[in-house]
Amino acid sequence: MPLPSPFHPRTSQLCTSLQWKSWAGYHAVCRYGTEQDPEYHAVRQSAGLIDVSPLYKQRVHGPDAEAFLCWVSARNVAKLKIGQVGYTCWCDEQGKVLDDGTITRWDDSDYRVTSADPSWSWLVRQSKGFDVQIDEISDDLAALALQGPKARAILSDVCGDDVASLGFFRAQRTTIGSAPVEVTRTGYTGDLGYELWMAPDDALTVYDALTAAGAPHSMLPLGLDALDATRIEAGFILLGVDYFSARHCLLDSQKSSPFEIGLGWTVHLKRDPFIGSAALKREKLQGSPWALVGLEIDWAQTEQLFDSFALPPHLPAAAWRTAVPVYEGKGAGAKQIGQATSGVWSPLLKRNLALASVLTPHAALGSELQIEITIEYQRRRVKATVVDTPFFDPERKRSTP
Amino acid sequence: MKTWDTIIIGGGHNGLVCAAYLAKAGQDVLVLERRHVLGGAAVSEEIHPGFTYSVCSYVVSLLRPWIIRDLNLPKHGLELIPLESSFTPLPDGRSLCRWPDSDRTRREIAEFSRHDAEVYPEFGQTMMQIARFVKPLIDAPAPDPTSLKPQALSDFWKTGRRFNDLAPAHRHELSKMMTMSAADYLDGWFESDVLKAPMAVSGIIGTFQGVRSPGTAYVLLHHYMGEIDGAFRSWGFAKGGTGSVSLSIAGAAQSFGAEIRTEASVDHVTLSGGKATGVVLENGDELRARAVVSGTDPRRTFMGFVGEENLPPEFVQGIKRYKFRGSSGKVNLAVDRLPVFSSRPNGHEHLRGDVAIAPSVEYLEKAYDEAKYGAFSRRPYLNVVIPSLVDPTVAPPGKHVVSCFVQYAPYDLAGGPSGWPAQREAFGDAVVDTLAEYAPGLKESILHRQVLTPWDLEQEFGLTEGNIFHGELSLEQLAFQRPVAGWAQYRTPIKGLWQCGSGTHPGGGIMGASGALAARTMLGGRG
Repeated sequence: MPLPSPFHPRTSQLCTSLQWKSWAGYHAVCRYGTEQDPEYHAVRQSAGLIDVSPLYKQRVHGPDAEAFLCWVSARNVAKLKIGQVGYTCWCDEQGKVLDDGTITRWDDSDYRVTSADPSWSWLVRQSKGFDVQIDEISDDLAALALQGPKARAILSDVCGDDVASLGFFRAQRTTIGSAPVEVTRTGYTGDLGYELWMAPDDALTVYDALTAAGAPHSMLPLGLDALDATRIEAGFILLGVDYFSARHCLLDSQKSSPFEIGLGWTVHLKRDPFIGSAALKREKLQGSPWALVGLEIDWAQTEQLFDSFALPPHLPAAAWRTAVPVYEGKGAGAKQIGQATSGVWSPLLKRNLALASVLTPHAALGSELQIEITIEYQRRRVKATVVDTPFFDPERKRSTP
Repeated sequence: MKTWDTIIIGGGHNGLVCAAYLAKAGQDVLVLERRHVLGGAAVSEEIHPGFTYSVCSYVVSLLRPWIIRDLNLPKHGLELIPLESSFTPLPDGRSLCRWPDSDRTRREIAEFSRHDAEVYPEFGQTMMQIARFVKPLIDAPAPDPTSLKPQALSDFWKTGRRFNDLAPAHRHELSKMMTMSAADYLDGWFESDVLKAPMAVSGIIGTFQGVRSPGTAYVLLHHYMGEIDGAFRSWGFAKGGTGSVSLSIAGAAQSFGAEIRTEASVDHVTLSGGKATGVVLENGDELRARAVVSGTDPRRTFMGFVGEENLPPEFVQGIKRYKFRGSSGKVNLAVDRLPVFSSRPNGHEHLRGDVAIAPSVEYLEKAYDEAKYGAFSRRPYLNVVIPSLVDPTVAPPGKHVVSCFVQYAPYDLAGGPSGWPAQREAFGDAVVDTLAEYAPGLKESILHRQVLTPWDLEQEFGLTEGNIFHGELSLEQLAFQRPVAGWAQYRTPIKGLWQCGSGTHPGGGIMGASGALAARTMLGGRG
């Protein structure tokens, strides 16, 4: 039985479609109305407000906090400046990814770690010998994501301090009304956006202030369905969909290294050893068997295929996450070389997109592959080309006035 | 006089499974059941009008899915309803409930230990992976490592290869589980008693051992091998009580042409020239068969129906040394309202699964202390289920049946087992008193009470020393040593006489594997 999040009194009023699901044990809105389009376009044109309280949060503090986080993270946390946020992943001893999330550095020895899976116990077990305190604070912090081109204007309206100049992946403490709020310029939509962290008791005050300030900008509450569409456009992977935590895998072949899921850039090897570093160094030298790529599914061929059934082309209205096979070659000689794990028709880009894991030799940009498509219960294949991600990468995402 | 292909002694679930497979293969089969009702210990009976008790065995988990398919048991009335949760109330008014919803379970455990809450799924996953190694062993006759026959060598090589396929870390875990006690093993994973106690208890069910006795950790694995509808680790109620399992198997056996007689008590197996030729009933009737299969436990089969004078001395020694040591009893209650647990007075969602009265490891060990010296536990471990919450066919509307599995109740009381009838009601009172400490209004709600001591289990159900598994499920009595080394593949020293009960590999619980594997061996196929 999922629990209500601190924003439930508001979100439950707004969710007229009654479409919910359980996210980490909390009620989470899939879509507020019966269609996801208005919410999707709000994120890309004005702003969307999404309740992200179910994220797992841990506070890591104490004299050895930096050394400890360096030891557990693929990323060199020592390089994070105060007030900076770093995206990283955590690996096991074999260099296989356990989870991904962000680390916010508040001062010399105080950090906040967010994750997709419960991670507190794992962190504690790695902390032997470090003078560090790890607190599970998931229920002590309510969280909202305000995402979209108007996010800065809306936030500036309600905050007691200047937040307009807050840089990409930077953090700042401010107030909204009387409520202390931590603002990070982060998000899961690949757009200009912020995440706001506050005490559960202040949740409704902050929500109401943002709703009022957002109204003139046509801000809408945003559900997980539209979020899923935007995160694929942004090229962001999702734990449990595009890769699996080594902790939950039953087979070694289900596990991935950071290099295999597009997180190689978060791995900093030129420093003291960290969990999994030996295996990651080896893999970096020898190469990785798998790679995560963006695919663009050929529209002309899709249209032709539908036409051969005397049908107009039809695509799912929402993002999908049921893996489909990806092949190299055509006809009888075709060989499965991977699988697309999630995808979406981008209403903004007018492109049919997917994220896929493929064998490295087929991962080069421009590689022409085949992806399975089902029309009238019949399985066919259409061309899918390896393209660069993020699919959508607006300048406003990183820029600061 | 008619000569049957096979006569099966005992209409318990294994005897019936064996009968069904033999009849399906075209044999002319007769099943003889001593009682008026089929099922042995997997039996439903309406003892109090309107209330159907699963008199002895009360949950189904390890019933082999391939038996369900082979015999098409759903067609013959088998319906399994999953147990949804596991509830552990504590004397201090707190409680823990474990749910199918993992987030909810994590939150509940975190009330006691956040560490345990997050480790719990890791434990489950490790057990599942190790169970992958053990599970095929229960679906085939046990390979004998001392035999040099090609088949035995090949079986053993396969087992070794599967062991090798386990990740090294899991091999280490398995060897720990083979040697450690359940409580010590769980100490290595968890810190909260409320979690460890009800988990550790699975290591001692049906054995005369404590949660701190070495070797008990292994049985934890069995809980991760349960399988209903392809989902692991689930336990279920059979609609209409566990007797429905037996009746559905009987229905399948009859559909293949098997004949089943109740109130047909066997006196002895007839032998001629060292070969079994049939049975003589207590009423003097003589029945002939080319083969006789016993579904009763090894002591009853060999000491009772065959006679030690007809058996090789070493074999007799082996059977005599085979340990029964029944350690549990059963109390069935008909109640006029649902018990209310003071630690969770609202709703009954948490009562739809099982309720474990196992508040701490120390509590369990103390319960064992009393049993060691020949007394039943004054505050025993209870595993309580209220099947009427999910299966309304077993009680009138608004009323319920409460089934309490009780450990320890040692067969060998200080004054000898025959002292049990005099202590039966005191034992029943101890159980009700214990449960009433957690569910205060219980006593006033009781309409009828059935108390089964190990003595009763022996007298009424023919379970030697009241052991519910036809002999302890301790490591040295499993696999190629069950019941006696060298005779673990359903054969016996008597030609034409076979065993198919729980006292053969893999034994224990409503699995049906012993019955099915015995039939396959008899039919000349490999297990």
